[in-house]
Amino acid sequence: MKIEWDMINMAREVAIIGIGCTSFGEFWDRSFRDIFVEAGVAAIEDAGVQGEEIDELFVGNMSAGRFIEQEHIASLIADYAGLASLHVPSTRVEAACASGGLAIRMGVLAIASGHADIVVVSGVEKMTDVSTQDATDMLTAAADREWEGATGATFPGLYAMIAKRHIHEYGTTREQLASVAVKNHHNATMNPKAQFHSEITVDAVLRSAMIADPLRMLDCSPITDGSAAVVLAPADLARKYTDTPIAIIASAQASDTIALHDRADITTLAATTAAASVAHKMAKTTPDDIDFVEVHDCFTIGEICAIEDLGFFPKGTGGKVTEEGITAIDGDLPVNPSGGLKGCGHPVGATGIKQAVEIVQQLRGEAGKRQVAGEIGMAHNVGGSGGTAVVHILSR
Amino acid sequence: MLYGDCMGVPRFWRHISSRYNLIGTRCATCGEYYFPPRTMCPKCRRDGVIEDHRFSGHGEVITYTIIHAAAEGFDRETPYPLAIIQLDEGPRMTGQVVCDPDKIAIGMRVKPIFRRLGEDGAAGIIYYGTKFMPM
Ligand SMILES: [Zn+2]
Repeated sequence: MKIEWDMINMAREVAIIGIGCTSFGEFWDRSFRDIFVEAGVAAIEDAGVQGEEIDELFVGNMSAGRFIEQEHIASLIADYAGLASLHVPSTRVEAACASGGLAIRMGVLAIASGHADIVVVSGVEKMTDVSTQDATDMLTAAADREWEGATGATFPGLYAMIAKRHIHEYGTTREQLASVAVKNHHNATMNPKAQFHSEITVDAVLRSAMIADPLRMLDCSPITDGSAAVVLAPADLARKYTDTPIAIIASAQASDTIALHDRADITTLAATTAAASVAHKMAKTTPDDIDFVEVHDCFTIGEICAIEDLGFFPKGTGGKVTEEGITAIDGDLPVNPSGGLKGCGHPVGATGIKQAVEIVQQLRGEAGKRQVAGEIGMAHNVGGSGGTAVVHILSR
Repeated sequence: MLYGDCMGVPRFWRHISSRYNLIGTRCATCGEYYFPPRTMCPKCRRDGVIEDHRFSGHGEVITYTIIHAAAEGFDRETPYPLAIIQLDEGPRMTGQVVCDPDKIAIGMRVKPIFRRLGEDGAAGIIYYGTKFMPM
């Protein structure tokens, strides 16, 4: 059966009524438990819900088993959030770097199906309890371990091969790639939660250490600790809790081959295109209706592919429009006003939730110096080199 | 934590004929070739009839990178070229190309060579497999 997505209305519409987010960075003095409790409590307080009202928990997390040698974190989180005696159902969701976005989708479905009213969705990753090389190896588990990892491929190496091909086919320049990092670092200087608060230049990107040609250190998102959480409610109950509910008007997910080499077009993340297509059908929108977007810029080339594959710009022009400032915070389509994964940091399981937190702050008008105008925002979260993509559209 | 620690010896040896001799699969129903091997044809699914196929390993570089920050177990080899190779039968695979990093290019023709792939320092096991070199 092929679902006609444009015929689908969610059984119940869903809204975000509370948000919480830790600072992102390297926190040697803080534990996995410390950070998810901070984000979760902030979101619950923001929503004004009581523990007894929470029907279900979802948590996005990629690899606690390897980063902190702890599995079964759904129970851990319910317990340390103080909900063990209430026996609230709690579920971990994993899709590599898209775990957070996917957890939100699971929360939306729980409410839309009528199984739950109040759902807390959190995302968390504690990546600095291991060495950088160990963390890099753990991230390689998001690719095909036996047929990519075993040949000596690294995660930056896979995105580097996307970049090489993009340069070859479309004439994208090294400077255009760098302009993504420069823009996102600039946006991050206005985000108090961001890992980095310093401006960088194109020249600094081009002089940073080579990681996987053509990608250099400042083309790569960092290793980050952090947690973020949202509280979801049925839209018809949302105003009981807040005057500014933010509606989730689309929640879409798509998969693709886990290995980059099995994709017919190396420079297109077809899962992104598929998820965006379904999302627009659900929301009855087109790319022109989106006022700003948080995209998955795990590497600079990732943002260039994302803004093309989401349908905002023709294939091959992502580098050019970035260099021209069209995606700057004061441009026609602000991309990654939070600073993105590059500037704000990338605690992998938390990233998809942080994207939603940013869009809610923007739509509420609470984004401070980085405030952008608009009624509709999009979040785009990718797992691996494109094996999973999750797209959400949020509206005031 | 090295590659071998998380893979385990049996998991590597299970694929030894594929890694050493480029044994993949072919679907007799639709004629499509698969490397790495697949036991389910994505085109025919349950109507597919899967048989082994030994690939020549001759192919072309579709894209590449030069790895400077190595995966664990590959530290001693940096910088090393890594590429996506399109085999002449059609499927694509990821593999290292043994050549001067300045010489690799998109479109370059390559052939397979049998080489040490990686090393598990903890258990002292060396892994062999297929790399490529310019034709
Ligand atoms: Zn077939």
